[in-house]
Amino acid sequence: MNQAPSQTARPRTYRLAELGLLILAIAVATTAYALVGLGVEDTIPANVYGYAAWLAALGVILHIIVWIKAKYADPVLVPIAVLLNGLGLAMIYRVDLGRDEYLGSAMTQLVWMTLGVGLAIAVIFVVRDHRWLRRYTYVSGFAALVFLLLPLIPGIGKTINGARIWIGVGSLSFQPGEIAKILLAIFFAGYLVTYKDQLVAAGPKILGIRFPRLRDFGPIVVAWVASVGVLVFERDLGTSLLFFGLFVAMLYVATSKVSWIILGLGFFSAGAVAATFLFSHVGQRVSGWLNALTAEEYNKTPGGSYQLVQGLFGMSNGGLIGTGFGEGRPNMVPYAESDFIYASFGEEIGLAGLFVILLCYLFIFQRGIRTAQQLRDGFGTLLATGLSFTIALQVFVVVGGVTRLIPLTGLTTPFLAQGGSSLIANWMIIGLLLRISDNARRPVEEFHTGVLRITEDSEPVPAVARANDTPSSALTVDEDAPTTNLPPADSRVFDGEAPTTNLPPAGARPRGQAPNDTDATDQRPTGGER
Amino acid sequence: MKKPLTHIAVVGFVMFALLFGSTSWVQYVTADSLNNNPLNNRRILDQLARDRGPILVDGTPIAYSEPVDDKYKYQRKYGSDNLDPRAYASLTGYYSVVSGASGMERAAGDYLSGDSDALFYDKVGSFFTGEQPRGAAVELTIDPKVQQAAWDGLGNQNGAAVALDPKTGKILAMASTPGWDPNALASHDSTEASQAFKNLEAADGKPAYNRAIGGNLYPPGSTFKVLVAAAALESGDYEPDSQLNGPATLDLPQTTATIGNSHPGACRNGGKPTLADSLAESCNTSFASLGMDLGEDAIAKQAEKFGFGEDLEIPLNVTPSSFPSDLNPPQLAQSSLGQYEVRSTPLQMAMMTAGIANGGKMMKPQLVDRVLNANTLEPISETRPSQMSRPVSGDTADKLTDMMTGVVENGTASVAKMGDTKVAAKTGTAQHAKGAAPHAWFISFAPADDPQVAVAVVVENGGNAGNEAYGATVAGPIAKNMMEAVVEK
Repeated sequence: MNQAPSQTARPRTYRLAELGLLILAIAVATTAYALVGLGVEDTIPANVYGYAAWLAALGVILHIIVWIKAKYADPVLVPIAVLLNGLGLAMIYRVDLGRDEYLGSAMTQLVWMTLGVGLAIAVIFVVRDHRWLRRYTYVSGFAALVFLLLPLIPGIGKTINGARIWIGVGSLSFQPGEIAKILLAIFFAGYLVTYKDQLVAAGPKILGIRFPRLRDFGPIVVAWVASVGVLVFERDLGTSLLFFGLFVAMLYVATSKVSWIILGLGFFSAGAVAATFLFSHVGQRVSGWLNALTAEEYNKTPGGSYQLVQGLFGMSNGGLIGTGFGEGRPNMVPYAESDFIYASFGEEIGLAGLFVILLCYLFIFQRGIRTAQQLRDGFGTLLATGLSFTIALQVFVVVGGVTRLIPLTGLTTPFLAQGGSSLIANWMIIGLLLRISDNARRPVEEFHTGVLRITEDSEPVPAVARANDTPSSALTVDEDAPTTNLPPADSRVFDGEAPTTNLPPAGARPRGQAPNDTDATDQRPTGGER
Repeated sequence: MKKPLTHIAVVGFVMFALLFGSTSWVQYVTADSLNNNPLNNRRILDQLARDRGPILVDGTPIAYSEPVDDKYKYQRKYGSDNLDPRAYASLTGYYSVVSGASGMERAAGDYLSGDSDALFYDKVGSFFTGEQPRGAAVELTIDPKVQQAAWDGLGNQNGAAVALDPKTGKILAMASTPGWDPNALASHDSTEASQAFKNLEAADGKPAYNRAIGGNLYPPGSTFKVLVAAAALESGDYEPDSQLNGPATLDLPQTTATIGNSHPGACRNGGKPTLADSLAESCNTSFASLGMDLGEDAIAKQAEKFGFGEDLEIPLNVTPSSFPSDLNPPQLAQSSLGQYEVRSTPLQMAMMTAGIANGGKMMKPQLVDRVLNANTLEPISETRPSQMSRPVSGDTADKLTDMMTGVVENGTASVAKMGDTKVAAKTGTAQHAKGAAPHAWFISFAPADDPQVAVAVVVENGGNAGNEAYGATVAGPIAKNMMEAVVEK
């Protein structure tokens, strides 16, 4: 391969920036923890150094692993995740101190965080190239289904607060739906990349919008049935909404067809409206949302607006800058440490603090979308979109519910809320996003992913093959082509959105003149996508 | 995939924009209305956790907060060694973890909790001196001796008694029986507190109503004749010695009903009593015909000038007293005797009495004397006397004073004689329901030549005297004791 000196082409890794931000995040989280102790007990918690050390160890180990294993990964993901998780720990500790009996929930959550960071590291190690996951499209789909159905199995499934989304042995509980979320994103990405052409195929035109062929409705019907099934059998409106939103968003990115969105939203609205009338718990949520501030709803038990309104009172009490840690009354809100932790933050660190938290989530979403834009392979683009959109949608559903923008549904606030399943699932998402963003920005010559390795003997074959631009040859070479799509055997041309510029074959072009990493990306071989 | 990806990014940004908006909406735009929402119990919890200022009577706290070791930090307590909390409950009200606040605890809540803007400089001061910020102390105008006299006098009877300083409008006493103990409601055990609240609401005789200013109000009976006399004098057509028509029974027009006197027979002077005589012996027939001659408008207007129909905050909310409208002659005749649908609070009758005592200048009744810094006891604000209205001329007031003195000296109110001190008074015995014992009324002020106290007392359903009750015998001694508590101190 005709390689130019790679030093000039190599994009910056921003590892030191990540370390700087990480130190800042740990400092903020530790300060919050200390302030909670000062605010509630008038003394800095005795274990503050141990706590800070643990947090720092987790962050630094992850940082080092990323440096070694994914050094082009996005530098803000780890610091933001550590910051949010650290703030969550502080608030969980604060709510725990406000209780009549101290449960040590923050320590349990720290153990979960350790597990979550461990899993993120495991993801970085195991998934050496995200395209490897595409091999497991159907395995993921099947596993997601199993995870979703687990809570329905008698003996394992547990119903907590009316929602049957838990499995548990003894006192340990787990929400398998959180893991299913990731598996579904992998499944959808793999499935859509393969079948989007069929889905795009023209169908009947109704009201000026071209709808898909009837026989292609299959997947959306399955997705709809699955999410309505979650709603009906597990009584979990939030998860149902999350799955469906995830599917529709990925479907739209894959097909660019607005008709799918309309169909999807239509299906979901129909299901949601029907559920409002058919299931009392959904109807209760809606009336508790519409008439939240009436005494009738407020005093209704069960199912009134007490929790929502207490949350609003807490937030309004916080005002612009909050009462300060330990100075508010977050414990008045039921589930102040989990479902309503956003309101707890609102009360104690105010509008200013909530804006910082929202900005953190916005950053994760923006970095995920940016990664998706940088990627050249459809699977990765879809997966990055799906994963970052899940976080955004989940934040929207939870925070929108707590602030009375939409009816309240039971979802956890990513990274902040107490609860192990959600936390480790979100850390795994961070692991995946780190890996994908590393691939997106990694220069061609540094691909050593093992699975999709560029052999150092620089056989010119790929370039030549790409230059030929035939699907069959693409099939033979793509295993080696960095950051290109991995077409399945049955797929022909599958990405209609490949760059429109007619790039010459990479091999014929001197590389290394890219002024920045974006251009470097653009100049990568793109043959497989033609 | 570029274009739809951009769309998804836009959708995501819009979702976040909505969240920034909804969060600001809750935390900033509607925060005040949420904070003041009646369902919001955080405010009261915040206040409970603060060192709430005391309510003082003559320097002694009748409501105060004591530090305790629980989540509310301070326990509210009522009463002191020589001040019975039950005698003051209608003034202090309660301050409850579950039921909120009532009485002065509510009306002066912003001062007591320290939330009032008037305390701003004080708060700034305590910020710099490092003093623990405290709510302000609220000192009432109540004179404990007068209050005790009212409380003792009412005893186990249901009723109310009010004493005013006619020159300033200060409320010297305001008692309402049956009394109740606010300490039970202040319990930090929420079950206990809510049970105490339920008990108070359900108790016989509705103690939760401050009968002096609220509740169902009372027909003022013959005490209302003072107001009719005032209207007559103000009309210019009558003088105290004007002769009226006072037969044994008065036939009412348009009906077969008649009005008789409380004592058998015609009124003084062979059924031709003067206006002053009519008041002295409380002649029903002469006042009924006087009322009909004056007309509804004249009496209604006079009532309005004395404060009927007016919303009043002292700062407790006072239910407006009322004089009926669109009356036919028999109804007007009945109304002139303070019967039919005339309804009045004891405070209203005390205000009228005080207005006459003060030469026709009616002062606004005040319950708060001073607001003090709870630590230094330096005054933050002092209530200045303010004139509320000018219901009668000075001349009319003098004449009414003379006439009411006559009621004591040679009329129905002789019970109120206080030795050398001249007393002006009027009795009332108000029928209010068939078969029920009448309400006993007494209004008075003393000394008549230099008024220091004006009093109104009502004892429901004749009190212990039942059907034998007269205003003079049942309510009169209470009023006298209250006046003596002021005059002979």
